[in-house]
Amino acid sequence: MINLESVKNETRISKDLPNKKLLITRAFNADINLVWRAWTESSLLDKWWAPKPWRTETKTMDFRDGGKWLYAMIGPDGTKSWCCVDFITIKLKKSILCDDYFCDEEGVENKDFPQMSWLTKFESASSGSKIFVTISFDKQEDLEKIVEMGFEAGFTMGLSNLDELLLTAF
Amino acid sequence: MKRDIFQAIADPTRRAIITLLAVQAMTPNALAEHFDTSRQAVSKHIKFLTECGVVKSKQTGREIYYHFNAKKLKEADKWLERFRMLWDERFQNLDNILNDLKTKKS
Repeated sequence: MINLESVKNETRISKDLPNKKLLITRAFNADINLVWRAWTESSLLDKWWAPKPWRTETKTMDFRDGGKWLYAMIGPDGTKSWCCVDFITIKLKKSILCDDYFCDEEGVENKDFPQMSWLTKFESASSGSKIFVTISFDKQEDLEKIVEMGFEAGFTMGLSNLDELLLTAF
Repeated sequence: MKRDIFQAIADPTRRAIITLLAVQAMTPNALAEHFDTSRQAVSKHIKFLTECGVVKSKQTGREIYYHFNAKKLKEADKWLERFRMLWDERFQNLDNILNDLKTKKS
């Protein structure tokens, strides 16, 4: 018998590069209440937000309009990159509009890195729920920087895949 | 900084040039006729696109023709695929968390 829980949901990305937007969609086999919790409670976010081999550690979380989430992405060698999310508009179990940027430990924005605007929408679906993330960039240069960082992330990805390969090999 | 495909498509005039050249190869003069801006401005964009590798020039007789290099546009897709994989990994983590939450609940 096919276990429906294990059916892999595909992550889809569509691009609107001239308008400096990226749209990410993904279905989840869990109802919207759980997805909302995982997306908004820092103790849960810490468990999934960072792609391997990075992990997330929340310093402060104030989930409300005008509030912010200050967290660090910690690399395998212990290096911390501080990030901040400013919540602009939160519609309970519907959508979150926020700005996302790199900063220091106190949450002071690092202007050397691009700022992104995120709109995350939550919907109920036959699978359970569906999310839509639209990432917009203010400036062309920001998109270029993200592109460069994307290449870096791709490199990190390669490493984490290698880790897995090594695990299965031994 | 090295020029890349993303810089190539960042500008509306450059996008228009790519669209025109995707249909047929053109001389600099024929290309410039499609734009209100000066020939100089258009040739600057062409130079930029050549540096990005999106446009290639070819001498045919006395004329230079610009060609569109389709391979180059695929670079943008490659980057997006990496970006997609990054998100996919993040979402697989989330799948696990959601499963944990479900188990705790029931």
